[in-house]
Amino acid sequence: MGYVNGLKCRECGREYPVDPIYVCEFCFGPLEVIYDYKNIKKMLKRKTIEKREESLWRYKELLPIDGEPQVGLNSGFTPLVRADNLAAALGVRELYVKDDTVAHPTLSFKDRVVAVALTKAKEFGFDTVACASTGNLAHSVSAHGAKAGFKRFVFIPASLEQSKIVASLVYEPNLVAVDGNYDEVNRLCSEIANKYPWAFVNINIRPFYAEGSKTQGFEIIEQLGWEAPDNVVVPCASGSLLTKVWKAFKEFREIGLIKKLGTKVFAAQATGCSPISAAIKQGSDIIKPVKPNTVAKSLAIGNPADGYYACHIVKETGGYAEDVSDEEIIDGIKLLAKTEGIFAETAGGVTVAAAKKLIAQGRIGRNERTVICITGNGLKTQEALTGHTAEMHHIKPNMAAFEEIFKKIS
Amino acid sequence: MAVKVRIPTPLQRLTEGKEEVEGMAGSVIGLINDLETRYPGIAERISDGGKIRRFVNVYVNEEDIRFLQAEQTPVKDGDEVSIVPAIAGGQTACS
Repeated sequence: MGYVNGLKCRECGREYPVDPIYVCEFCFGPLEVIYDYKNIKKMLKRKTIEKREESLWRYKELLPIDGEPQVGLNSGFTPLVRADNLAAALGVRELYVKDDTVAHPTLSFKDRVVAVALTKAKEFGFDTVACASTGNLAHSVSAHGAKAGFKRFVFIPASLEQSKIVASLVYEPNLVAVDGNYDEVNRLCSEIANKYPWAFVNINIRPFYAEGSKTQGFEIIEQLGWEAPDNVVVPCASGSLLTKVWKAFKEFREIGLIKKLGTKVFAAQATGCSPISAAIKQGSDIIKPVKPNTVAKSLAIGNPADGYYACHIVKETGGYAEDVSDEEIIDGIKLLAKTEGIFAETAGGVTVAAAKKLIAQGRIGRNERTVICITGNGLKTQEALTGHTAEMHHIKPNMAAFEEIFKKIS
Repeated sequence: MAVKVRIPTPLQRLTEGKEEVEGMAGSVIGLINDLETRYPGIAERISDGGKIRRFVNVYVNEEDIRFLQAEQTPVKDGDEVSIVPAIAGGQTACS
């Protein structure tokens, strides 16, 4: 199998063979995987997909691998939850939560991209995988890499919370804590990637890695009964996920798995780091870098690599962007939890709160079908909620004490 | 005195290995066209149709020209211009 024609520069269109490269040598634009859609169209039908295992690899023809999947065989195919309670709270008729809080094995959508990146790393013959991360990506590379038998180097800012460090260390990667902020860690990693022959999933493997995000889009369409939603709300850090969800929708149309595609794509950001949302609101495609200051740390990329492309997709599809304060993010997390029983990380609070605003503004129609993408689990970032949750009832171990507080509650 | 221009590693092949070259005062785009006369091929790597390429950042005295007057940003003798490809390092997803 293998339906990849090669890599192509998104800017100048120069083509490259399939290699662990990520930047156009000529114009420095990002490289993107190109597929042989004609042949995929001939062989990939709804029935073929439906018969396969419930993992992200059921769409393997549209993923950038040559052989069979090797890593993350249980990743993907998370629930698309019909969210009637949240819909009622927000005043819309039909709302769904794409729930990657239960992604396998590390409870965030990064399990998708890393499954694809590490399968590709195996194909390229790497024995060591690496990443720079502040959390979810570190967990996923550590876990997937352990199962797949890779040596692992994971670089984090030394100031990271203890809970996040433990959630990486348990898989026993080589965890390197760097005295510096995330940008400095990343710069160091670029230098290391130039010197050591490692598969840095978000550097030299990035064109392949990023394709894994498409599986969230494929699943949304399949789980809606092979229909695209009217609206999709996607949280933006680098903007990559938004571009790939849209690419997935377009690919399904391209190969004939859906006929109609009229989805509006909406971007959600935290106000404390909203370069993409700011550009969209100003009707511009120039991304002005910012210094992040938000509780939504997993979205805190001040200079988003795919921001330009995300802006264009939002504009092209008739969507919009919203950004929300830390307080709104916390409220969003709590709203999703108490209406749908889903505990999302701060990025999920951003998406819920942004969707709420977009609905209130009438940009998302009340009678339309909307999907919101929830990308990670709240158990990882509990400190964000400290002091903001409901309070517990503390009693002595006797019935009278219980009856007393029960009266207050009811 | 002229404008000092810092050349990134991937483009130094075009500047005979020099990290820093000198160029003519005027505008940023004028400066790039001026470099082209001495280092043929460099202009099309940095710009396309008179516009700086999207993944090339140009700084005049450490300020990104997108926040000045873009290609028309004036440069005068003694200014320092840096050309920095925005390759993914420093921009990748961090979550």
